[in-house]
Amino acid sequence: MTRHSPQSWLDAPTDRIQSVLHPQTPVAQLIADLGWVMSVGAVVIFVGVMVLAAYAVAGRYRERVARLRFIVGGGIALPLLVLSGLLTYSLVTASRIVEVDDTGAVQVHVIGHQFWWEVHYLKPDGTIDAATANEVHVPTGQVVHLQLTAQDVIHSFWIPNLAGKLDMIPGRTNMLRLRVDQPGTWRGQCAEYCGAQHARMAFHLTAQPPADFANWLAAQRRLAALPKEPFLQRGEHLFLSADCGQQECCADCHTIRGTSARGEHGPDLTHVGSRHWIAAGTLPNNAGTLAGWIASSQHLKTGSHMPSFDRYSGEDLRALAGYLASLE
Amino acid sequence: MELPNTLPRPDDELVTLERAWQFPSGIRFLTEVNNIFVGLVYVGAAFLFFLLAGILALLMRTQLAVPDNTLLGPETYNQVFTMHGTIMMFLFAIPAVEGISVLLLPNIQAARDLPFPRLSAFAFWAYLVGGLVFFCSLFFELAPRGGWFMYPPLTSFEYDPGDNADFWLLGIGFIEISAIAGAVEIVVGVLLTRAPGMSLDKMPVYCWAMLVFALMVIFAFPAMIAGTALLELERSFHWPFFVADKGGDPVLWQHLFWFFGHPDVYIIFLPAAGMVSMILPAMARTPLVGYRLVVAALIGTGFLSFGLWVHHMYATGMPQLSLSYFNAASMAVSVPTGIQIFAWIATIAAGRLQFKVPTLFILGFLFVFVLGGLTGVMLAAVPFDWQAHDTYFVVAHLHYVVFGGMVFPLFAAFYYWIPSLSRRALSERLGRWVFGLIFVGFNVSFFPMHITGLLGMPRRIYTYPAGMGWDLPNLLSTVGAFLIAAGVGLFLVDLIRNLRPATTRSIGNIWDAGTLEWLPNGNYASRSIPFVTSLEPLWDQPNLAEDVAAGAYFLPGAPTGYRETLITSPIHARPLYVLQMPGPSWAALIAAIATAAFFLLLTIKWLIPALFAGGVALIMVIRWLWTTDPGPSQPPVPIGCGIMLPVYMTGPMSHSWWAMIVLGLVSATMFACYVFSYFYLWTVSPGMWPAEASTPASDAEVLRSLLCLLGSAALLHYAQHALASRRQPPPRLCLALSLAVALLVGAFVSDLSSHWESGLRPTDSAYAAIVYVLLANQGFFVAVVLVMACYTIARSVAGLLNHERRATFDNTRLFWLYTMLQGLLTLAILHGAPRFL
Repeated sequence: MTRHSPQSWLDAPTDRIQSVLHPQTPVAQLIADLGWVMSVGAVVIFVGVMVLAAYAVAGRYRERVARLRFIVGGGIALPLLVLSGLLTYSLVTASRIVEVDDTGAVQVHVIGHQFWWEVHYLKPDGTIDAATANEVHVPTGQVVHLQLTAQDVIHSFWIPNLAGKLDMIPGRTNMLRLRVDQPGTWRGQCAEYCGAQHARMAFHLTAQPPADFANWLAAQRRLAALPKEPFLQRGEHLFLSADCGQQECCADCHTIRGTSARGEHGPDLTHVGSRHWIAAGTLPNNAGTLAGWIASSQHLKTGSHMPSFDRYSGEDLRALAGYLASLE
Repeated sequence: MELPNTLPRPDDELVTLERAWQFPSGIRFLTEVNNIFVGLVYVGAAFLFFLLAGILALLMRTQLAVPDNTLLGPETYNQVFTMHGTIMMFLFAIPAVEGISVLLLPNIQAARDLPFPRLSAFAFWAYLVGGLVFFCSLFFELAPRGGWFMYPPLTSFEYDPGDNADFWLLGIGFIEISAIAGAVEIVVGVLLTRAPGMSLDKMPVYCWAMLVFALMVIFAFPAMIAGTALLELERSFHWPFFVADKGGDPVLWQHLFWFFGHPDVYIIFLPAAGMVSMILPAMARTPLVGYRLVVAALIGTGFLSFGLWVHHMYATGMPQLSLSYFNAASMAVSVPTGIQIFAWIATIAAGRLQFKVPTLFILGFLFVFVLGGLTGVMLAAVPFDWQAHDTYFVVAHLHYVVFGGMVFPLFAAFYYWIPSLSRRALSERLGRWVFGLIFVGFNVSFFPMHITGLLGMPRRIYTYPAGMGWDLPNLLSTVGAFLIAAGVGLFLVDLIRNLRPATTRSIGNIWDAGTLEWLPNGNYASRSIPFVTSLEPLWDQPNLAEDVAAGAYFLPGAPTGYRETLITSPIHARPLYVLQMPGPSWAALIAAIATAAFFLLLTIKWLIPALFAGGVALIMVIRWLWTTDPGPSQPPVPIGCGIMLPVYMTGPMSHSWWAMIVLGLVSATMFACYVFSYFYLWTVSPGMWPAEASTPASDAEVLRSLLCLLGSAALLHYAQHALASRRQPPPRLCLALSLAVALLVGAFVSDLSSHWESGLRPTDSAYAAIVYVLLANQGFFVAVVLVMACYTIARSVAGLLNHERRATFDNTRLFWLYTMLQGLLTLAILHGAPRFL
């Protein structure tokens, strides 16, 4: 699980890439340990209480249980003792999670939208270095500052394998410090109910060695390449056209840096072809799913803010999808 | 005189008693206000909502049985899960525990009724009508879809512009009314209507639980009222409390909601724990072990439950130090619960448990609830909660505590208490199947959810992709849900076959239980009101049931000829006076339906019909109140055993005085929530608050408002003297009251106009919005005082007010004093805080 490269993650078993029970960072491990200790303790206490209750029903010396001393011991003394220990353990764990060595952190700004994630990589001065969506890349072995906020309603940022969740609240910025030591890709999902398509608001986080990360970021920083094939040029033309037969067209909501598309309501599509999923983790990304998504987004993800563009001819749709798929 | 009284009873005594308490015939049964009738239909209505919300749960479980299911679309699913949570919490759980206490509490204390029967009836009918209409919003795609917690901005005007969220606020409005009404009833009922001799140390645990319940309602529900008021104002008029761009903060809602919402869990659980502490001793045939510890635990839970609301908000990004405090407090609350669990086990050990159906449900409760408590401790640990929060782990936990802690005891209560109200007991044979199906189904359904949650499945998602490892546990959960449904269905069969409600000739004490609700009873409860010398009087006082039925104790008849009960002192339960109680009434019923109509019509924004309905409701309430406050209509009456008691009392020993105090506490808590919101928003966006130089009102204007308030207080004081000194209230009383109310209104208008004229508008900013909320709150209280003052003057003019018959004046005065105090504080905050802080 921990070994696969970002390229092969589609083939990896998906039942472990969004799981608290398979911690992949020291922080997630600390929490999982706490969870296991408490689970075992809970089972022991539960079995103890049940055995005691059974003994109270039919035990030979059960009148010995029927004493005030027993209530004070079992109901006050024992819980106080156990809970004091657990409280200390819990607080120490919490402080170990929060105390992270911050030097040289990568700054990423993640903004929750109904129902997708806007991701900005920041320069040291706080301006945007590169923009993408629904996909976060981080270098391994470095602390990343994820500055979390929301554009519309409250969302919550959660990658179970890597860290606990943290809410994204309009008007506030919460910071999640994350450090992933081994390469891999994990799935995250919105954890605060945010409306119609809360169920389909997922994203992926890929940790890669610093050099790979730097290459990826450099690629994301670039403007979109101009298409050379006529078919793809036709796709670009369709994307930029203000005459798509519907009230809002592609470029009203999406940006493709290097073109005239400057919309800000939907995900930045400058390098959409490089992503592995579309529609916030809903569909794997290829020209076919892109075409399907454009034509029937309201069927695939009812209530999302992307309208279905069902008036394109099949040929136009293929050109448009092909163009987007080419934006690597 | 010796008790029991061995003298023969007069022949006509029982006839008079029966006539006074006669169940109204024909269609007039709707007007009955007696606790047994209202309690039964209350519990029945709550159970109906349990079934409806259960059907919604089956829909959800069917949708989630397999991945990528398309049975329910996102829009429908989101409405369904919102309604499931909302109905289960607000229209089932709280009304169910309240209904049971309306039904049982008077009987457990051998009172003839709760002290305000028409209030119970009013609360019930408003709840039933409102709840049913609220449910029907589902059929028109108008049901709320923001979750039962309704976090803005998702639920505010921008992201939910339809009427859906308003229907939620409407549904909550009804439950706020009926919960507050219930709290008034229960506090006064527990403190003042216990059987003579039932001092606090001989009060059954259930009464303690209900007292703590009622006090918790008093301090928790106002936060909800305040929160829903703010949300509705933001939705309807765009006052930006939760809009970040205007200095608001969505997290403010979460504080208000959970300050109510967490105690609410214990508001549901404590009455159930109280029932367990009643049923278990009866089934084990031994007194509860550790009575005092259990009572202390109930009180302790009540206190602690107000200090843990933030554990629902661990993931909002609060400072670590605050989280640590709430981590500790959340763990601490398990101690008093542990005390109760060990006390129950000790009680089982002390006696010999009879394995009847109520016992099975209580053992099932222990199993499920202990597990839920333990996962609760896990969730209290901040780091673990960061992972588990808003996942299916929490869904599992909350059902283990709420279904385990409330529904299992509720079924135990059904099987246990139905013999006291029905000519037949429920079936032992069917009951075992009911228990087995529900117990197995529950664990099959909810245990796997712990795993699903830790495997990363968030709550409130209408579908999930295949291959996440969630398929099997979800399928299991669905199978379990249908097993529960089968158990509940079988229970309905049992009810249909065996439940035969009867206020007389019920099958009675088949468990050989020791508490007073098992006395032979009729519509009037027990024939006479016993003198109690122990916690289990039927066990310890030989021949009690027969003597009570023979009328050998207090109040064996109806000496005034009307419905009445004994008011006793709060601590020692010494008889104080005979309370004459109102009987069946159309007014309470019509008032309730009109109140429901008022809120419904407001929700769909039909303002004129709404105002009409509101007017009808007000007139009906006044109509019903007019016959109350009878004054000392006759000289003290004998209650048997040679004791003569007055039939009327005012001041701190009267039931209505206590009710006003309770209402004052509710109002003060609500005010405190607005004040909290004011200061909270100030810390969030200090830039929005005016600098000292630019406060909205000049010193002179503030002084003007202040003088008006003080003038009103002085005139009210004068009116009180005028009433006390003369037999017939002079015109001076009416004049003083009129002037006093004019000054009170004047103070409010003065302050409002100074803000308005400074150009401040409530839609400007969070600051402006919260200022106008404090003003509006004061305006609402002033309006109520205006109505009360007019009512008092009208009674004075009608000759119904004098130095003895003065409960109306006293109650008006108490509310008035509160309103003036609140007015002073409002002035101090609105003008003092920006100037001096």
